[in-house]
Amino acid sequence: MTTVPSPSPVEVDEPVDDTRTEPDAPWIVLVWNDPINLMSYVAFVLQKLFGYPKDKADRLMMQVHEEGRAVVANGPRETCELHVFRLHEHGLWATMQHDT
Amino acid sequence: MARLFRRRISRTRHGTYALRLPSGERELLVNLVDQLRELLELSTDDPSVRRLFPTAYHDDAERDREYQQLVRDELLERRLAALATVEDSAEADELDEAQLAGWLTALNDLRLVLGTRLDVSEDQDAIDEDHPDAPAMAVYGYLSVLLNDVVDALAEDLPPPTEPEM
Repeated sequence: MTTVPSPSPVEVDEPVDDTRTEPDAPWIVLVWNDPINLMSYVAFVLQKLFGYPKDKADRLMMQVHEEGRAVVANGPRETCELHVFRLHEHGLWATMQHDT
Repeated sequence: MARLFRRRISRTRHGTYALRLPSGERELLVNLVDQLRELLELSTDDPSVRRLFPTAYHDDAERDREYQQLVRDELLERRLAALATVEDSAEADELDEAQLAGWLTALNDLRLVLGTRLDVSEDQDAIDEDHPDAPAMAVYGYLSVLLNDVVDALAEDLPPPTEPEM
């Protein structure tokens, strides 16, 4: 089996909020493998929500499938929380955490 | 070239989606939608529907509580709206994009709930037709085929990628 390359950082067009006191460590959004969601569906959702080209969405989907998870987006906390919400709305198993 | 299996859902030339479902399948869907609505209205914490409201923070219980408080009602509302869309358009021969988006959500939610109940695995083997789960597994398989048709139809209309090819 070939190795799936890790995704490049995703650029997020968000205004910088200077008032936050929280350390500005970027957050990452992870999608986890689950036995139910269809592969075609997962790739479609990544295209739809993030505007990724099909080959990138397919590659991330395969990474989830083969490695158990993939980083699908990153950025400030609020942006990531919105991503997680939309992924949950679509039934994907998404979480977020500090990028360590 | 002839097509062996006609898709149940496909894009039409005028930007809508043709829905070719026998009446038995439409009845089945309305029935499943009813059942899921009942479960959701009962409680979003019930194990049967817990899969529809996942954890956002694995490693931070307090933040996850905040997240759940913030989004739970909204998530529930959107799921119920999708179920209502399927119910309202169950007899239709043609759907617009917004309706089909509702079908996408509802079909996937039904698969998630049913698949969780059946404890399906990634490489699910066919089960014996005498098995007590066989009818539910057949419904699960049917929902998978239908959802795949919806995905194929909607994928044709995705806007161009906002991210360059890598």
